[in-house]
Amino acid sequence: MSFIPSCKEVSELLSQAQERPLTFPEKFALHVHLPLCKGCRNFREQLGFIRAAVRRYIDQDDTPR
Amino acid sequence: MTANKTTNRSAEAPDQAALEQFRGYLLRYALLQLRDQGAAEDVVQETLLAAIEGGGRFSGKSSVKTWLTGILKHKIIDHVRRQSREQPLMAESDDPERSETEAVDALFAADGHWRNFPANWGDPDRSFENKKFWEVFEMCAKLMPAKTARVFTMREVLELSTEEICKELGITATNCWVMLHRARLSLRECLELKWFGQS
Ligand SMILES: [Zn+2]
Repeated sequence: MSFIPSCKEVSELLSQAQERPLTFPEKFALHVHLPLCKGCRNFREQLGFIRAAVRRYIDQDDTPR
Repeated sequence: MTANKTTNRSAEAPDQAALEQFRGYLLRYALLQLRDQGAAEDVVQETLLAAIEGGGRFSGKSSVKTWLTGILKHKIIDHVRRQSREQPLMAESDDPERSETEAVDALFAADGHWRNFPANWGDPDRSFENKKFWEVFEMCAKLMPAKTARVFTMREVLELSTEEICKELGITATNCWVMLHRARLSLRECLELKWFGQS
């Protein structure tokens, strides 16, 4: 990773954060990039939404709980 | 569970009619993973049969739904195992990691910026109540290439870990991450284009 992480690199890290704990330098890269980039902040929100949406999709309410 | 299951079923063991109520849910679950109506119906049928035969094994500790989902997961994993033996993700002729990487690259400019900057989706959870949203969601999920979708749903539907997915499919963790990332990017792009960008 270069000194200033790009949106592409940051998006990969945000996605991988759903799979494994990020290392300290990786967290630092997010810390540097995210406050400056609305696109990546939106992407982070969207990742959480997508994960929740898959659960909700299979769990639609035509079944007893 | 102490006694013989045919003579001493626990009182709460659900009967066939009670189990049938879950068919729609089980089918959606299986279909999202398998993307094949026939195969999905088969695993759901096997699941309901196993549940009817094994009703005595229902402990009542979890809900009927959780119990059925557990059985279905095993049936689906068996199916995916057979499928990946018959159509391996790693065909000799293509390099999935490379083609996945290229698909991700296409969404970014040469300097690493987003080609389409992700927009603010506002309060997206409100869409959960909208039937039309789920039609779009279903359509977008189907747009994913089959292999990408297989990995994505193993992670998000079956809730397997990356390690388990790698083991089942014989791919590396890096490859798995790239495929998951691609799946999420493609779903994101499609939802923004077809739903969140529209309102
Ligand atoms: Zn960015």
